[in-house]
Amino acid sequence: MARPIERHDTPALAGILKVPTGIPGLDEITAGGLPAGRPTLICGSAGCGKTLMAMEFLVRGATEYGEPGVFMSFEEGVQELTENVRSLGFDLGELVEQEKLVIDYVHVERSEIEETGEYDLEGLFIRLGFAIDSIGAKRVVLDTLEVLFGGLQNEAILRSELRRLFRWLKDRGVTAVITGERGEGSLTRHGLEEYVSDCVILLDHRVNDQLATRRLRVVKYRGSIHGTNEYPFLIDEDGIDVLPVTSLSLEHAATSQRISTGIPGLDQMLSGQGYFRGSSVLISGRAGTGKTSLSAHFVDAACRRGERCVFFAFEESRNQVVRNMRSIGLDLQPWVDNGQLLFHAARPTLHGLERHLVTIYKSIRDFQPQVVIVDPITNFLSVGGEEEVKSMLMRLIDFLKAHQVTALFTSLTHIEQMEQTEVGVSSLMDTWLLVRQNEISGERNRTLYVLKARGMAHSNQLREVLLTDEGIRLVDPYLGSEGALTGSARLAQEAKEKAAAITRLETMERRRRELERKREALEARLTALRLEFQAEQEETERVLAQEEAREARLLDDRRDMARARKVDSGPDTGGAAGNAGKGGLIQ
Amino acid sequence: MSTNTVAQDHSRSPEPSDFYDLRLYVAGQTPKSVAALANLKRFCEEHLAGKYRIEVIDLVENPKLARSDQILAIPTLVRRLPEPIRKIIGDLSSSERVLVGLEIRPRS
Repeated sequence: MARPIERHDTPALAGILKVPTGIPGLDEITAGGLPAGRPTLICGSAGCGKTLMAMEFLVRGATEYGEPGVFMSFEEGVQELTENVRSLGFDLGELVEQEKLVIDYVHVERSEIEETGEYDLEGLFIRLGFAIDSIGAKRVVLDTLEVLFGGLQNEAILRSELRRLFRWLKDRGVTAVITGERGEGSLTRHGLEEYVSDCVILLDHRVNDQLATRRLRVVKYRGSIHGTNEYPFLIDEDGIDVLPVTSLSLEHAATSQRISTGIPGLDQMLSGQGYFRGSSVLISGRAGTGKTSLSAHFVDAACRRGERCVFFAFEESRNQVVRNMRSIGLDLQPWVDNGQLLFHAARPTLHGLERHLVTIYKSIRDFQPQVVIVDPITNFLSVGGEEEVKSMLMRLIDFLKAHQVTALFTSLTHIEQMEQTEVGVSSLMDTWLLVRQNEISGERNRTLYVLKARGMAHSNQLREVLLTDEGIRLVDPYLGSEGALTGSARLAQEAKEKAAAITRLETMERRRRELERKREALEARLTALRLEFQAEQEETERVLAQEEAREARLLDDRRDMARARKVDSGPDTGGAAGNAGKGGLIQ
Repeated sequence: MSTNTVAQDHSRSPEPSDFYDLRLYVAGQTPKSVAALANLKRFCEEHLAGKYRIEVIDLVENPKLARSDQILAIPTLVRRLPEPIRKIIGDLSSSERVLVGLEIRPRS
């Protein structure tokens, strides 16, 4: 069986050698498996799954790790045992045939046994030793040794023989699992834990609010770190599944890769690129705010990128979601058909929280998606208390992050404007979108804003969400003195603005034309003035020329007159040397 | 099989009601096993003279039989006949308990 996803964050630890159980989750909690070559005690009350867990340890060892095993049963016969585990897909008969498994039923019945004097359990040792040698077993299960306490009277002998048995098992170097019935005030009814000091695992099966939950706890593990919490586990058609509730460390890788939300406007709000891959996103809002539609967009975008998605629908069936999304122009059916999209629709009340968690966990492990939608998480509140739901989501988110799965959760809120998700999980989320409904002028309009987005410069603006035939569109609401307007109020405002703009444009055009006209008029006047000036200039020059001509004639006349009076020196030529007075005459 | 049969009377055809077919399972020659065999022999001679057969099986040599015969404790005495099968574990040091265990009626 290919189960690659489990083993990835099992820390490599120096120290004791470990043997993987092959049980999903258990190896993670025990940081590698059970102590090699040492006995481990699995205890719990009747029906808690001890025998099954022990059997799976053997079967996985035989089939996946090449380690044959011996199952020594003190309670159930071979036939019974084979039938019981067939439902988990284990074919014991085949394994026995292939010499990978030996099942030995030890029949102990007090009424058939009379005791007289000293004895030991060498018969059991020989029997076990022979079984181990016959197939070269590396793993041994003793289920349940405590039956011996009922079958044999001499407890002193039994106890010393048990002590010898555990030492013997260690000497043989087999990894043993001993099961024990839970006792009052002690781990096992007959104190088996006293002999097994290396590793003790406690199983529990309890019923709360009519919902049964199985839990597992590693009580002690000598020489190794281990998860100390109670971990829920499941028994289903694939065997046991333990859920590593919370990772031992908070060490998931964080990529800076971004993936589109499927809505350009929303990408824009998240610094233009969308969500971080492997992050957790919460969309909260009241009923009918479009949470599922936003999720569907994300799914569609992921599928277009060639990624795989799992959609956990806890409110609607698959067909319902597909049909409803068609109304906004999103067809998810092709993705379902080509196997990229897996729907998992169930009522939350179907199982307990743990069971849901394991179901989610399993389908993620088997389907290996890149994107997971849980719609909505608030429905879990009908199954568990707030704290439980929160812890479950924390585990889920840890798990998803560890596997770089981007998760989108929706949350249904009931009180308008409540910024506190009822489940109180917001602190676990990296990105939180809030969709609100505003009631203005007789209509409801959806607005969306980013409440937080870790690690990115996100928009602080409100956007109006429009559900159109071509999907969701985010538009800027009208922001003005009357506040943010959405819906028809926004449309009205926009129309008004458009009209005003047209008017403004017309006014400007008119002014421009006026100016042009003025310029033309001015230029006309300028031309006229220039012409006038030219005319004047020509006239003036003509007059000046006439005057000059007259002056020249006068001068000629005076010379002629002086010549006629016999003046020696001309007033112009000789007078300059000292006859200033004479010169004045001429002037 | 290296079963060591300590037969007392082979010739007599076993009578279903009062013939005792006994098997003693041991693991090597341990003091307990030796004591058990000695105790058993003494007991049989005393109470079942002439109508019993003892087979000693050493599990060290025949480990397979531990499983098929459902043996756990050593030594174990199994009464194969008369039916039903009865088991007595221990070194058979208490004759009284063996008497009860083998469901032997006191000799008339």
